Amino acid sequence: MLSSTADHLFWMARSMERAENTARMLDVTWRMALLKHDEGKPFQEWTAMLTISGLYEKYVERHGLVTAENVLHFMSLDESNPSSIYSSLYNARENARAVRGTVTQEMWEAINHTWLEIRETTPATLAADRVSEFFEWVKDRSHMSRGVTHGTMLRDDGFRFLRLGTFLERGDNTARLLDVKYHILLPSLAEVGGAADYYQWSAVLRSLSALSSYRKVYRDLITPRRVAELLILRRDVPRSLAACASEVNRLAQELNGPRSKELLRRTGRLDAELRYGVIEDVMATGLHEYLTAYLDRIYGVAEEINRTYFWAVDEPLAADAALA
Amino acid sequence: MITAFDEMHAADGAVRDNYRSYAEWLQSMPGDVTARKREEADLLFHRIGITFAVYGEDAGTERLIPFDIVPRIIAAQEWRRIEAGLKQRVQALNAFLHDIYHGQEILRAGRIPAEQVLGNSQFRKEMMGVDVAGQIYAHVAGIDLVRAGKGEYYVLEDNLRTPSGVSYMLEDRRMMMRLFPELFARQAVAPVEHYPDLLLSTLRTLSPPAEGDPNVVLLTPGQYNSAYFEHAFLAQQMGIELVEGNDLFVRDDTVFMRTTHGPRKVDVIYRRLDDDFLDPLAFRKDSMLGVPGLFNAYRAGRVTLANAVGTGIADDKAMYIHVPEMIRFYCGEEPILSNVPTWELRKSEDMRYVLDHLPELVVKEVHGSGGYGMLVGPTASKDEIRLFREKIVAGPEKYIAQPTLSLSTCPIFVEQGIAPRHIDLRPFVLSGTEVSMVPGGLTRVALKEGSLVVNSSQGGGTKDTWVLQD
Repeated sequence: MLSSTADHLFWMARSMERAENTARMLDVTWRMALLKHDEGKPFQEWTAMLTISGLYEKYVERHGLVTAENVLHFMSLDESNPSSIYSSLYNARENARAVRGTVTQEMWEAINHTWLEIRETTPATLAADRVSEFFEWVKDRSHMSRGVTHGTMLRDDGFRFLRLGTFLERGDNTARLLDVKYHILLPSLAEVGGAADYYQWSAVLRSLSALSSYRKVYRDLITPRRVAELLILRRDVPRSLAACASEVNRLAQELNGPRSKELLRRTGRLDAELRYGVIEDVMATGLHEYLTAYLDRIYGVAEEINRTYFWAVDEPLAADAALA
Repeated sequence: MITAFDEMHAADGAVRDNYRSYAEWLQSMPGDVTARKREEADLLFHRIGITFAVYGEDAGTERLIPFDIVPRIIAAQEWRRIEAGLKQRVQALNAFLHDIYHGQEILRAGRIPAEQVLGNSQFRKEMMGVDVAGQIYAHVAGIDLVRAGKGEYYVLEDNLRTPSGVSYMLEDRRMMMRLFPELFARQAVAPVEHYPDLLLSTLRTLSPPAEGDPNVVLLTPGQYNSAYFEHAFLAQQMGIELVEGNDLFVRDDTVFMRTTHGPRKVDVIYRRLDDDFLDPLAFRKDSMLGVPGLFNAYRAGRVTLANAVGTGIADDKAMYIHVPEMIRFYCGEEPILSNVPTWELRKSEDMRYVLDHLPELVVKEVHGSGGYGMLVGPTASKDEIRLFREKIVAGPEKYIAQPTLSLSTCPIFVEQGIAPRHIDLRPFVLSGTEVSMVPGGLTRVALKEGSLVVNSSQGGGTKDTWVLQD
């Protein structure tokens, strides 16, 4: 398949997944901010979210003070923010349009329809009594795209590049979300089991659609350590780091391009670390340090996919080398 | 104003033979059913509109190309004559292109003034002596036909570079079959759906020697091109890769495409990119759309380009008047299809006549296209005519003039039933080891009452075109 087609498919899926995850991140931040009554740092959650997404400076440059309303708008509908839900849906649609002949009619319609709707979305949608509905809508549209993809697309390399984009982005986002929430919740770790704590952690789980999974797996109190274990190491939890790494590794193996040795080494190692990891080791390393290292690995895998399959256009020499 | 030839009704109001079955069907439809069908059609138009429009650049430039549901119907016998005429014409045009880039026999025989060819900006010196596969230059030709007077067909212009519109022909048929399947049961309409197969096999037959099946790709300027929908559509229908310049590279005079499994050799490029942009090393240096080194690979016969480089010399309006002579010279036959009588303003006696009769004539720029830069005398204001007169006097060689043809009309659906509107026809002629085409083509219709301009860029629509089978 054409490298440029693979590239577009990868980013189409990745952008759609990013829109969904941004909605999830905003949703949980919104809920947690509602629950907290810490007079000293009223917008701590929002600041932390911007920081972990690497957008704090861009935000301050644009809005100055951190307020819930402004961050919501910045992350949802702001066209100038390349990571906003709006921009992600735009990117998904532009990439889909570039490979109009490769995706199925139903996939194109699902993605195009989403774009047409977000384009009509006004800031009034982000009002306190409606914003949850907006997040649900974003998730629904993402579910729809994924479902249509599964139900209609030929299982060829194109499908694999699409899925690679999905799982890399998802792994990245779960790690960031866990990192930022763990960090904020840490001061209250002493009072594990308190009511506020329970709501906070269940909000985190719910934002990753993992609350009922948690109940099924542990049938016990929600503790930060178990939340970390569930979202990092359980391969049967579809948004966990282990599940994402396992999928990425499997897809890389199936693609098996002629120059993919280094890529396979990286995805294989990432998968093995999560497959054989135990929570004690994660905690001993320090959760934040562990997640940071994971994000670096994910970044390295993405770079390697780019080098192996997408032939970054400014590297014509790579083409020549491969011919020799 | 002369009454136009009506495709459906004879002068006495009787329905013509080719429309009889359709007219009976239309008559038998109760008023409310017709109304309901119209609504359904409107809904579907809207959906087609969306299909066509989503490929536009952004919201501002997305355009709907309207589609009318009354078919344009051509009798089998009539089509046979048109088909023979088109084949003859395209064969002569290809022979002319080969000749002009090789021995230039037709110039030496004095049948066409040499300076009109050699001094023409569309003449590509780079193509002199280049041998192209099968001596075919215009693999895909769109020949615009009109009917005037008592129904005679005329060739209005030849499009031999990157003619577009065939996707509308295919979509229009699909829509008609969806809306009115019963119509296709009533009478045998020649199919057009196999056009992509025909195109692909045409392209394959002219491949340079390849290992296994020739690798054919479609080269597009990209998704911001106004015909991108058609490029994507055709590539998908033919099951070939849709590529942009960045997807290709040249090494050792061989063209490769970048794939996820390494470079893959390309044998035939159906390019929808103008000559100027093909290769920054050979043509426009600022082209970001092309492939450096492509022209050398082409000259070396390592890749086939369809259409060939340099076809513009044959579809230039200055060359148009010579096509009947080309047919006589290369085929030794009289032309089956006529040209529209044309005055060349570079000739002083023609210029005198044209300046005296401007309000009756249509004046066109030799290099213009898309209905821009033309004067339609009968509908122009005095000021417009005065302005054009000045332009003509300033550069007569840039213009040709033709009588205002009363283009034939075909009914379209309007608010109050049906009403006649002017139409033309663009059949698509494919040349490989042999010449072939699907029956019919794209019928364009001027939706505005009285308008003669059918270009989609200026408010034209399209219709399904039926060639009846005996």
